[in-house]
Amino acid sequence: MKPAPFAYHRPDSVDEALQVLAELGADGKVLAGGQSLVPLLNMRLAAPTALVDINRLDQLAYVRIEESGVRVGATARHADVERDEATYDALPLLRQALTHVAHPTIRNRGTTVGSLVHADPSGEMTAVLALLGGSVEIRTAAATRTVAAADFFLGPLESAVGAGELAASAHFPLPEGNAGTAWVEVARRHGDYAICGVGALVTLDDDLRVAAARAAYISVDATPVVRDLTDAVAGQPHDAADWAAAGALAAGELDPEADIHATAAYRRHLAAVLTARAQRAAATHAEQR
Amino acid sequence: MTAAEQRHEVRLTVNGVPRRAVVPARRLLSDFLRHDLRLTGTHVGCEHGVCGACTVLVDGRAMRSCLQFAVSVDGAEVTTVEGCLRPDGSLGPVQQAFQDCHGLQCGFCTPGFVTTITAYLDDRPDDHPDPNAEEAREAIAGNLCRCTGYQNIVAAVQRAAEIRRADRAEASQ
Ligand SMILES: Cc1cc2nc3c(=O)[nH]c(=O)nc-3n(C[C@H](O)[C@H](O)[C@H](O)COP(=O)(O)OP(=O)(O)OC[C@H]3O[C@@H](n4cnc5c(N)ncnc54)[C@H](O)[C@@H]3O)c2cc1C
Ligand code: FES
Ligand code: FES
Repeated sequence: MKPAPFAYHRPDSVDEALQVLAELGADGKVLAGGQSLVPLLNMRLAAPTALVDINRLDQLAYVRIEESGVRVGATARHADVERDEATYDALPLLRQALTHVAHPTIRNRGTTVGSLVHADPSGEMTAVLALLGGSVEIRTAAATRTVAAADFFLGPLESAVGAGELAASAHFPLPEGNAGTAWVEVARRHGDYAICGVGALVTLDDDLRVAAARAAYISVDATPVVRDLTDAVAGQPHDAADWAAAGALAAGELDPEADIHATAAYRRHLAAVLTARAQRAAATHAEQR
Repeated sequence: MTAAEQRHEVRLTVNGVPRRAVVPARRLLSDFLRHDLRLTGTHVGCEHGVCGACTVLVDGRAMRSCLQFAVSVDGAEVTTVEGCLRPDGSLGPVQQAFQDCHGLQCGFCTPGFVTTITAYLDDRPDDHPDPNAEEAREAIAGNLCRCTGYQNIVAAVQRAAEIRRADRAEASQ
């Protein structure tokens, strides 16, 4: 239960980090908050040759509101994003979901960008990025590229960030129109990885009828899943829409797997029920905003 | 590789006292505290972030000491359970509350609870002066205890808040 030896690099600037990553290539591994990586090192499920510790890159420790959305730098902790009041006002879904990410003690160290790169199919922020249609800015010493959420999550624990690359920031766009959001999940304990989790985004028209309804799911597939559920509830009043139908529509399209915590059928049942709950909450949220 | 493993100087302020040791990069903060500094109050249960026994305060925020390397927090201020005392050396409010409420049995988990609750009460003081039972339960949700059944620990969170309120009232008089 102790990590294997590794060479340790602690760059003080982004440029230096990119340089070190370029030199190390496939031998280098980024250490952000370590809340996913260090358990793997402790259990020797991973034994990288070299770690590039980015915790001193204070330039990336920001949560910034831009016209089009919220941009979160690589060394901003989950807790920084969760607590930022301006961010909550602009995009409540971040805090709504973050309070379900692990425990406060983990959120004090773990980074939001790190959880995206880690691409755990049970990680709440993966689904939030997918639901909002966000993106991740990936840098090397030579180039910067922006990868949309739809292309970012490649498989369980596999993202588009390759060897020698640094995920510099993530962009969470603001939804358009009169939109409300909610996050609902079932976990064995509050803070544990969810058996099933649902993020909802509901847009209302001027008459407070449902104009659009979307949901994103964790723990039901290898990557976060986004479903458009508008067909089930379009045009219905926000406070009397048939959310159960939206839940049934979503669950019918999902193909979750069984594991030690839940059967596939139970997960699908949860997806239906939680979809209805999350959509209703999001519609109420839209009406109140 | 082990023989040639590079070592790094790490300086921390632990419970107000400057400390230093020269250690390999893979030295976990938990082991740095226990083995290098001989501060064995911090306990190690699972070493993968699940049990909370190793929780310490790093620059005022509660964190898992088993999930970070000492070298990574070089220069930080760390508070362990040994630092949760009153300045005169008597039991701090959270420790006193655990005694009052019988919040421990074997005591293995206790250091992690004491640090976690200390951070919770100190963190945003205006937010948590008087947590109800549900809030208290959520505050300790990241810590495991195999003995107590948690009821007395929840009571201890509320008792600790009460002691702190009394302390503050006294201080402001
Ligand atoms: C007990 C426990 C419970 C948890 N529960 C949850 C939960 O319910 N939901 C949830 O979402 N998460 C949970 N987590 C994980 C937590 O959210 C982590 O913080 C997160 O997954 C990873 O962020 P990190 O900064 O710690 O990354 P690290 O652990 O440092 O890194 C994770 C991976 O991403 C890579 N990486 C990180 N940042 C970058 C970057 N900027 N550029 C390139 N590569 C990078 C690393 O190389 C590594 O492969 C839990 C963790 C623990 C210990
Ligand atoms: S020993 Fe660190 S959380 Fe269990
Ligand atoms: S008192 Fe024994 S584990 Fe908590």
